[in-house]
Amino acid sequence: MPEAATPPSTSRPSESSGRIGLRFRELAEAGELGLVAYLMAGDPSIEASEKIVIAAAQAGADLIELGVPFSDPVADGPTIQRASERALRSQTTLARVIELVGRLRARTDVPLVLFSYFNPILQMGLGSFARAAAAAGADGVLVTDLIPEEAAEYRAAIGARGLDTIFLAAPTSTDERLKKIAASTSGFLYLISRTGVTGVRDKLSEDLPALARRARQFTRLPLAVGFGISEPAHVSILGGIADAAVVGSALVAEIERAHTPAQAAAAVAERVAVLKRAAREGIGRKPAAGDD
Amino acid sequence: MSYAVEVPRESGRYGPYGGRYVPETLMAPLEELEHAYEQARTDHLFQAELDMLLRDFAGRPTPLQFAPRLTDYLGGARIYLKREDLLHTGAHKINNCLGQGLLARRMGKNRVIAETGAGQHGVATATVAARLGLTATVYMGTEDMERQRLNVFRMRLLGAEVIAVEAGSRTLKDAINEAMRDWVTNVRTSHYLLGSVLGAHPYPMIVRDFQKIIGEEARKQIEQIERRLPNYLFACVGGGSNSIGLFHAFLEEPKVKMIGVEAGGRGGSLGEHAARLAARRGLTGSRPGVLQGTYTYVLQTADGQIATTHSVSAGLDYPAVGPEHAWLADQGRAEYTAVADGEAIEAARMLARTEGIIPALESAHAVAELIRRAPQMRKDEIVILNLSGRGDKDMETLSRYA
Repeated sequence: MPEAATPPSTSRPSESSGRIGLRFRELAEAGELGLVAYLMAGDPSIEASEKIVIAAAQAGADLIELGVPFSDPVADGPTIQRASERALRSQTTLARVIELVGRLRARTDVPLVLFSYFNPILQMGLGSFARAAAAAGADGVLVTDLIPEEAAEYRAAIGARGLDTIFLAAPTSTDERLKKIAASTSGFLYLISRTGVTGVRDKLSEDLPALARRARQFTRLPLAVGFGISEPAHVSILGGIADAAVVGSALVAEIERAHTPAQAAAAVAERVAVLKRAAREGIGRKPAAGDD
Repeated sequence: MSYAVEVPRESGRYGPYGGRYVPETLMAPLEELEHAYEQARTDHLFQAELDMLLRDFAGRPTPLQFAPRLTDYLGGARIYLKREDLLHTGAHKINNCLGQGLLARRMGKNRVIAETGAGQHGVATATVAARLGLTATVYMGTEDMERQRLNVFRMRLLGAEVIAVEAGSRTLKDAINEAMRDWVTNVRTSHYLLGSVLGAHPYPMIVRDFQKIIGEEARKQIEQIERRLPNYLFACVGGGSNSIGLFHAFLEEPKVKMIGVEAGGRGGSLGEHAARLAARRGLTGSRPGVLQGTYTYVLQTADGQIATTHSVSAGLDYPAVGPEHAWLADQGRAEYTAVADGEAIEAARMLARTEGIIPALESAHAVAELIRRAPQMRKDEIVILNLSGRGDKDMETLSRYA
């Protein structure tokens, strides 16, 4: 259903009351770039995911995006496609991912965002999904194939449970669309750094600075940049452009290479620690809120 | 019952179905395509060029041919065949490819991406790309490459790059996933030439509009021959482009009954067939959901994973159906039914022997349903069956059943 007129986006959305808003305020005060870790839930098993997520959080990940596996992940490159297949083979369903959120929430305060395609959520029912996710302790939801124009009922259902609805902006998004996206999103705005699917790339996209500048016109929410971010050097220069870097395929590839869940957790933790160091000390490091 | 032919609404909805469920990156090209199409449909030069290509290159209009021996044999209604199989490249797919090829050129995109199941859309895309001077990349599941090998040779001979897709059930759905990934990456230079009434708005509308010439011609032809409208229309439904193409000109004629025939495959359980609408009464996991850009009936598991499908016919082997068909089904405006693999093979054989026409296995599904029903029809009733493609590509499969 089409959205009614979009409200102005320059209100104070960053005063989000949840863990996501809190974490970004802490990062801003410290003058630190946030590090968001994307991990596929159930890859290679739900139990392994619990270990890996905790390890990533302890190693310095500021926010965890928990991928929900889907049979037809059109926005993902080969690495996350394979992770999705492994997770489906281990009988991972959206309901089990939400249970995992509950177990994680008992052990950590790291903000948890469910990252899914729309159909599994739709089949659970928007209301049931929102209720269960909120009860388990999730903080936000991001749906790869849902645009603001189709999201009225979804936003109402998710918002009613106090969860953030995070939307994606792309280099191909017009200013008009950026405005609409910014008005629909809460928690943070996810900038897709390049046209294409998820996956590790050698260098950052040239589209990115312009996109971040344009997005800034329409929102005061934190900006997280994802797609193609894998190296400390990528993270290092992002500080001047955005508020957080999202790393996904590079972490998922560590899990794929590992022979045991313990190895996977250790490898992910090491990678996260290196990236977080780049985020703290990067050349694009912003002045801390109290520096001036 | 009447049907609101002004659909889709501005949001691309057919009743509750359709819409746009895509990654944000694809919104710009979808809006660009919508805009280009709105301009093109009122541009006389565009229409004139399309008409010329449809006539001189593709071979339109196609005949509406009375089928005397099949009519006699079945002993019921008078049967007419709309001969889309006589078009250049052997199926109705070229109608849409010519239209979208011209749109791609108009948008300044010199590369087209396509998916193909049976290979007919891939061949038509490769053909149109060659004719218009575009480059073409076609994605095809390896299962389909095996069973439609001849079409792989044809595409390559025409200069298209054919990329094998190994994922999932290695059929049409997986080819569409890969085509979408290519498109999202090369969105500024490439047009996704989608082959059926699927995907995000405006595709279901654009593909329907380029295919509705089938029904418009058939209506004129039957009115000329029989001086009245047909009682029944029959067409197979994969994504649903040939059927919507035939049905559309008759939607506001409540006395014309429409029967869409899906793939019943080799059994009723999930994974064994591709009957999305025929099975939607709860039998086999067919429920409204979102797949590849659109909200429609989808064969899926309880927790929303898309099911694999099976059909002897690659062109019908797909877990979702065009959103306009979902709406026609809910309203009862069209009836949907399914035919098993073996029945389709038998029907192909019968049409070959009675009329001297070897149909594509997709079209043979419609023939099979007609064979089942025609004997119960009155002799003064009239049937039009859309013979959407010819069977040359299926000779290997057919010979295995001989």
